[in-house]
Amino acid sequence: MTATLPSRRTEPAAEDRAQGKRRANRAWFLVLPVVVSVAFTAVIPLMTVVNYSVQDIFSPDDRLFVGLEWFRSVARDPEVRAAFVRTLLFSAQVLLLEIPLGVAVAVVMPRRGLGVPAALVLVALPLLIPWNVVGTIWQIFARPDIGLGGWAVNNVLGLDYNYTLDAGDAWITVLVMDVWHWTPLVALLAYAGLRSIPDPYFQAAQIDGASAWATFRHIQLPRLRGVLTIAILLRFMDSFMIYTEPFVVTGGGPGNATSFLSVLLSKIAVGQFDLGPAGAFSLLYFLAVQIVCYVFFTVLTRTGR
Amino acid sequence: MTLVIDGVSVRRRGEIWLDDIHLESSGGMTTLLGPMTAGKTTLMRVVAGLLPPDAGRVVVNGEDVTGVSVRKRSVAFVYQQFINYPSLTVYENIASPLRLAAEFPKGEVDRRVREVAELMGIGELLGRRPGELSGGQQQRTAIARALARPVDVLLLDEPLANLDFKLREQLRADLKRMFRDSPGVVLYATADPNEALSFAAPAVVLGEGRVRHRGDPADLYAGPPTLEVAATLSDPPLNLLPGLVRDGRIECLGASFPAPGLTGPDRRVVVAVRPHQVGIERAGPGMLEFPAEIRLAEVTGSATFVHLLLEGGTHLVAHLAGTHPYEPGEPAVAYVDPARVFVFGEDGARLHAPLGAEVRPHG
Repeated sequence: MTATLPSRRTEPAAEDRAQGKRRANRAWFLVLPVVVSVAFTAVIPLMTVVNYSVQDIFSPDDRLFVGLEWFRSVARDPEVRAAFVRTLLFSAQVLLLEIPLGVAVAVVMPRRGLGVPAALVLVALPLLIPWNVVGTIWQIFARPDIGLGGWAVNNVLGLDYNYTLDAGDAWITVLVMDVWHWTPLVALLAYAGLRSIPDPYFQAAQIDGASAWATFRHIQLPRLRGVLTIAILLRFMDSFMIYTEPFVVTGGGPGNATSFLSVLLSKIAVGQFDLGPAGAFSLLYFLAVQIVCYVFFTVLTRTGR
Repeated sequence: MTLVIDGVSVRRRGEIWLDDIHLESSGGMTTLLGPMTAGKTTLMRVVAGLLPPDAGRVVVNGEDVTGVSVRKRSVAFVYQQFINYPSLTVYENIASPLRLAAEFPKGEVDRRVREVAELMGIGELLGRRPGELSGGQQQRTAIARALARPVDVLLLDEPLANLDFKLREQLRADLKRMFRDSPGVVLYATADPNEALSFAAPAVVLGEGRVRHRGDPADLYAGPPTLEVAATLSDPPLNLLPGLVRDGRIECLGASFPAPGLTGPDRRVVVAVRPHQVGIERAGPGMLEFPAEIRLAEVTGSATFVHLLLEGGTHLVAHLAGTHPYEPGEPAVAYVDPARVFVFGEDGARLHAPLGAEVRPHG
C-alpha cells in the first residue's frame, strides 16, 4: 500500500483516465438490451422501408434500383396531396376542438369529495374501449335507420344526415367520434396539471377579488403549459395518423371524403402491394409528422417564458 | 382599525380545529405563536373569510363581517409558500390587487407599486417574472402584493418559514420596522419563538386550537404560566427532567435542591431547564451535578450544542458559547444552577420560576 502511494501521486491523472475509460466501456453493456430491442422494433423495420422505397420490386429475385423515383412520383401524386391536405385539416380541427374542450372539462371536474372518482371513471370510459370497437359503435350509432344518434338527427333535429352518402356528414361523423374518443385524454392530463396547483393560489386570487376568468388565465393556464404541450403533441400525432376508426366507419368514403393519409397508404401497401411507392410514402409521412411535432414543441416551450 | 375575534370555533369531521377563540386588536401587530396544528392557519383563514366558522363572529371596525364574502373584505394574506401569479411580472403582480380594487387611478397605482417595491427592496426587479427570482425575492414580491393596497387586516402566515436563515433575519428586521406603526391590524403567525420575541409585539400562544395564553413574549419567556407555553417559547427546546417533591426539597436524578415554597405531600414534578443554563465546566458552588456521557457535539460556529445521556437514560442538551471539541463517548458532568430551573406540576402548571429576569442569549 505504502509503495503504491507515491507512484499514484506522480501520475494520478493518466491512471484515473485509464480507469475511467475502462469503466465507461463496461457501461455500454447496460445499454445493449435497449439498443437490441430498439434495433428490432424500430431501426431495422425502418431501414427495410428505406430499402423498398429506392427499388422497383417485381419479385424477390427480380428488383431494380430506381433511386428517388418513387419519392418524386408520390410527392406529385394528386391523390396523395389531397389526402395530405385533408389529414392536416382534420388534425387542425381535432386540436382546436379537443384541447379547449378537454381543458374546460378539467376545470369543471370536482377537486374533492366523492365526485372525484365518479368523474374520473366517467371521463376515462371512452379511452378504455378498443379503437375498432369505437369505430363499430359509431358506425351503428350514426346510422340514420337503426342508429340512435343518426335517427335523432334526422327525426328530432330534422336535419338530412347520412354519413354513407354525404361527404360532409361523413367528415363530421369521424370528427365527432374522435372528439368523443380522445377529449378525455386531454381532460385527464389537464386535470392532473390543475390538481398540482396548491390551494393558496386560488385563495390568494379570491382575496384579490380576481374573476374566474382571470384566475384561469393567470394561475391555471400558466401551470398547464407542460401538460398541454404533451396533450397537443399526442393528439396531433394520433389524429394525423388516424386509421382504424375511419376505416371501420366510412372505409375512406364516400368517394375520397375521409381518405386520410394512413387509409391511402394502407390501400397502396396492402391493397395494391406496391411496396416501392408505399415505402417512399411512409418515409415522407414519417418526416411530415416529425417536422410538425418539432415545430409545435419549439413554439410551445418558448411561449410564456 | 380594530379587529375583534369573538368566540370563534371551527369543527371539521369531528375534530376541533378552533375552540372558542377570543382576540382583540386596535391596530398594530399581534403575533400568533404556536406549534404546527395549533390552529394558526385556520384562524387566519376564518379572519380572511376563506373559512366560515361554526360559531363566533369576526368584527372589523365595529362591523360584523363573519358572513361577508372574502372578495368584499379588506384583507391581504401572505402565505408560507411564495404565492404570485406565475405569468405576470413583479410589477403586474404587485399592481393586480390595486387594479382589481378599481378605486385607484392609473398614476396612483404606478406610484404605490414603485413605493412598496422600493420598501421591500425589489425596485430593480419589477420587470422580471416570479420564476426568475430567488425564494427571498419571490416572498418579498408576495409581501409587496399584500402591502400595496391599504387594508384593514393584514394576515401573514409564517411568511419567513421557507426562507433560508440569512434572508429570514434580514426580512424579519424589515418587517418589524414596517409594522411597528401600522394603523391597520397585522396578524403574524409563526412557530418560531425567536421571531415572536424579536418582534416584541403582543403575542397569543395557541395550542390544539385554543388560546393558551397571551401577553408580552418576553414576559412569557421569563415566566411561562404552563409547561406548554414554556415549550412553545423555547428554541432550542427545553430540557425536561423528572423530579420528586419531598420534605421541602426536590429530588432530581440523584441531585437535590430546596423547593422554594413547595409544601404539601410528596408528588412528582417536571424540572425544566433551558439548554444555555446547562454547563459542563463547573461554574460555581451550589450547582446540581449530573454524571453523563457525551453523545454528540454540534458546533455551529459561535456556539456548541452538546447532547448528553444522563444516568437513567434521560437526554440533556447543553448550549455552550464558543467551540468545544467534545468527543462522543467521553464522560462528563453536567451542571445546572438550581436557581435557574423552572418547576412544573404533572398537570403542566408552573410551580416555580427562577427569580428575576433571565438573561437570554442572542440568536
